[in-house]
Amino acid sequence: MQVKEDFKPTIVAFCCNWCSYAGADLAGSSRLSYPANVKIIRVPCSCRVNPLFILRAFQRGADGVIICGCHPGDCHYISGNYYTRRRMALLISMLEYLGVEKGRVRVEWVSAAEGAKFASVMESFAKTICDLGENVKLGDLRCKK
Amino acid sequence: MQKMIDEIKEKCAALIKNGEASRVIGWEKGELPYDRTPAVFDGEKAVGRLLYDAFCGANISKYLIAASKTGGKVIALLKPCDTYSLNQLLTENRVDRSGVYALGVGCSGMVDVEKIRDKGIKGIKDIEEIDGKLSIKTLYGDRTCDKSEVLLEKCLSCKGEKFAVSDDSVALLEGETAPSPSDRFSAVSRIEKMSPKERFEFWRGELSRCIRCNACRNACPACSCMTCVFDNARSGVSSKASPDAFEENMFHIIRAFHVAGRCTDCGECSRVCPQRIPLHLLNRKFIKDINEFYGEYQAGEQPYQRGPLVDYNVSDRDPGQV
Repeated sequence: MQVKEDFKPTIVAFCCNWCSYAGADLAGSSRLSYPANVKIIRVPCSCRVNPLFILRAFQRGADGVIICGCHPGDCHYISGNYYTRRRMALLISMLEYLGVEKGRVRVEWVSAAEGAKFASVMESFAKTICDLGENVKLGDLRCKK
Repeated sequence: MQKMIDEIKEKCAALIKNGEASRVIGWEKGELPYDRTPAVFDGEKAVGRLLYDAFCGANISKYLIAASKTGGKVIALLKPCDTYSLNQLLTENRVDRSGVYALGVGCSGMVDVEKIRDKGIKGIKDIEEIDGKLSIKTLYGDRTCDKSEVLLEKCLSCKGEKFAVSDDSVALLEGETAPSPSDRFSAVSRIEKMSPKERFEFWRGELSRCIRCNACRNACPACSCMTCVFDNARSGVSSKASPDAFEENMFHIIRAFHVAGRCTDCGECSRVCPQRIPLHLLNRKFIKDINEFYGEYQAGEQPYQRGPLVDYNVSDRDPGQV
């Protein structure tokens, strides 16, 4: 796929309220920079992320989707991220099976104390998506003439 | 086959006569000579219309959701693979077990009429099965073909002759056996070996034929929600064919995801699809992944087993790892 020179990917980050969103907050208050095209959506828990949300994000023009949650074992709701882990493992495998490049969906565990990790994860994910290029496959075809 | 039908009718009639059950759910003659429609037979007399032969591919376990709750027992005729669906529905508390008398019926494989047409046999007027051979009367003369060549997709990965749940059963006639299963994941592996671009083209080609008739959802025994997300106007997903082709793709991905870990691989989705989209390949991908990631699991094999997606292990792999 051809990468446009000025390609700025749209990245949607689902962050859990208790760990990763606080981690993003810490990254901000520690004055760490991460790509500005990461759009954060706060969810109560990473297991709130319905596979439909991810497909919908792609349809509405996202080039990559990243789901951030508490480290396994640290979930505020005790076991939410264990379910996320199973579901997303299947969804990522299914998207690959359907012909979407691997790497457009990622799951990362970021705690509230890991501001630096949040910034570096976003940095590396944005780079992966930049390398993969624009995601036209799952877009709304009415708008792509 | 007639001997089996007689035995089924006899058992049903006896059960209705002694008051143990009041109705039967089975198959009757449909509009076309090779068409068998699921039907409810109310009372001893109606049982006479009951039919059972190589065209009864329909899995009737889903009807039991409503039928089991209408008072009195209903006799359900279930092929071995259908009993897995019933078990799964029992696990999810969708069927009232006390309202069902599961009568297992032996099965030696069901015929896919479309596959007969694929062989160039058109204008079918009547089909009869004689000792594993199909003798077909057509507008253009008589033809024959081997039954084993035109079995339904689900019969190619037959689960065997064992009933996962049954109160009584009618065995196959002597000399008849269930079809020998082949590797059900071979088609999935073949798609996995393609390049991402080829895979995308393959699925685009298949899924873009979808007309959103929702037959796959309506026939699927695992799709048993009271209100489906696709019927909920407030859910934001389209319930009908949409000008945006991705909606159709999304419907199938989401539907496969919703039945992941609960799908018994009964193959109804592909069987009822009027566009012949190989929908079972989506479900089998999930089954294959679940088997690889979380250990072998067959939904509906045991009653009340815990599904892999409503369970977890502290040592599960992280998503995206191979």
